[in-house]
Amino acid sequence: MDYSKKVLEHFIKPHNQGIMKNPSGVGIAGNPVCGDLMKIYIKVKDGIIKDIKFETLGCAAAIATSSMITDLAKGKKIEAAIKISRKDVADSLGGLPPVKMHCSNLADQALHKAIENYKLKK
Amino acid sequence: MKHIYLDHAATTPVDKEVLKAMLPYFSQKFGNAMSIHAFGKEAEEAVDKSREILANFLHCQTGEIIFTSGATEANNLALKGVVKSYWNKQNTKPHIITTAFEHHCVLDTCKSLEKEGLAEISYIKPNRDGIINPLDIKKAIKKNTILVSAMYVNNEIGTVQPIQKIREILKTKNYKLQTKILFHTDATQAINYFDCDVKKLGVDLLSFSGHKIYGPKGVGALYIRKGTAIKRIMDGGDQEFSLRAGTQNVPGIVGLGKSVSLIEFKNAKKLLSLRDYLIKKVLKEIPESKLNGSQKFRSPNNANFTFADMEGEGLVLGLSMKGIACSTGSACSTGSLEPSHVLLALGMKPEKAHGSLRITLGRDTTKQEIDIFIAKLKAIVARLRKISGNVLKEYYLENK
Repeated sequence: MDYSKKVLEHFIKPHNQGIMKNPSGVGIAGNPVCGDLMKIYIKVKDGIIKDIKFETLGCAAAIATSSMITDLAKGKKIEAAIKISRKDVADSLGGLPPVKMHCSNLADQALHKAIENYKLKK
Repeated sequence: MKHIYLDHAATTPVDKEVLKAMLPYFSQKFGNAMSIHAFGKEAEEAVDKSREILANFLHCQTGEIIFTSGATEANNLALKGVVKSYWNKQNTKPHIITTAFEHHCVLDTCKSLEKEGLAEISYIKPNRDGIINPLDIKKAIKKNTILVSAMYVNNEIGTVQPIQKIREILKTKNYKLQTKILFHTDATQAINYFDCDVKKLGVDLLSFSGHKIYGPKGVGALYIRKGTAIKRIMDGGDQEFSLRAGTQNVPGIVGLGKSVSLIEFKNAKKLLSLRDYLIKKVLKEIPESKLNGSQKFRSPNNANFTFADMEGEGLVLGLSMKGIACSTGSACSTGSLEPSHVLLALGMKPEKAHGSLRITLGRDTTKQEIDIFIAKLKAIVARLRKISGNVLKEYYLENK
């Protein structure tokens, strides 16, 4: 698999990995049948994502994209975080092999679901 | 960083004796084996010598050995060649029985024959232990069955198939019904460790390749029992008794012969105990780990595990970064969405199949290497499990 250096970095040392106690919102995306499952926790205060964590069952690309999206979303206002696209994730990682692009899609979905969940709970 | 290669089922390094035997045939004794001058004769002798080595090893005649570009081509020739010969004399669709966990080259050949309307195929599933029940093959036999193709040793889980029992069933059927159902086996993963005496096995066709037995890539062979109705699928010159056109890969063929002559079944014993040591340690020291397929009826070099809450590509990549080479049945490593068809054929759930790791030992694998491997494996499994947390269990709870 032709992974960029950045993907491998995030795979070896993922950012914001772990569980969050009392999250403001939680989102899960993916399907174990396909082999990828991502869970994103967010802590929101004053409309800003103060903290974000992830747990992922998946390949190196899945772990790297979840890690990257937490980097991109942390510290952002909710309205800005919603706009983060899978292309942003893939580009920030220096690109993904075409067959792995769906992982960036899943990361995007998980974040959106976490934000939706937060809005519902409000 | 020490490099540890534990993927011998994927390929093996060329033995230095094999390389030595091959080298003269590149630039010194480089003749075309079909040429009638001295250069040609020299090459032809080398090809004949290899043919003899293979014939002795398989206990057959030299005229029954066809050199090909590998096991993939040999398997294609076996299946398509038999079907082609059949259509020369008949005009109703023949039936082929094979297993659901054959190597892709057999399965894809069968699917291609189906798609072209040239044959109907039955795919027999193995039991949970990864072994075909010969009675299932018996049940599948129909009036128009012309060929059974069952691999000798499965390449992913290493389980050994009951070739002689299948042969007995076909022998009885052929006798009772006066049919001539042919029997092919892909012996690529068996040649190194199991008796491939074609008389004992009772097969009509047997394929294998060089690069799994410390020989070069790009060469293999098909044993075709004398009198078998088969036509060539690659047209051109009359090489290989007019069954496989194309200038012979003389250095490759020499390498194949040499690597066969170096096979020592006594190596299997040492490997078996190393393999069992590996299996015992992994199952003991890594929680929620499982061996896939029977441990008893298994190639002495193969261990294939499933680890819960894990994905295989991450495992393989993590190990590779520590200098260790293994492979996985996870979809993520192939680009398709489906995990290993072999593991699925065992009745395994896709999510479990994604978390698989295949370890195949080789001639030079040491106990020290196994110990290093297990230490690194434990660390990577723990790390990936931390990253995945309870996502899978929670997913199941929510999606009951």
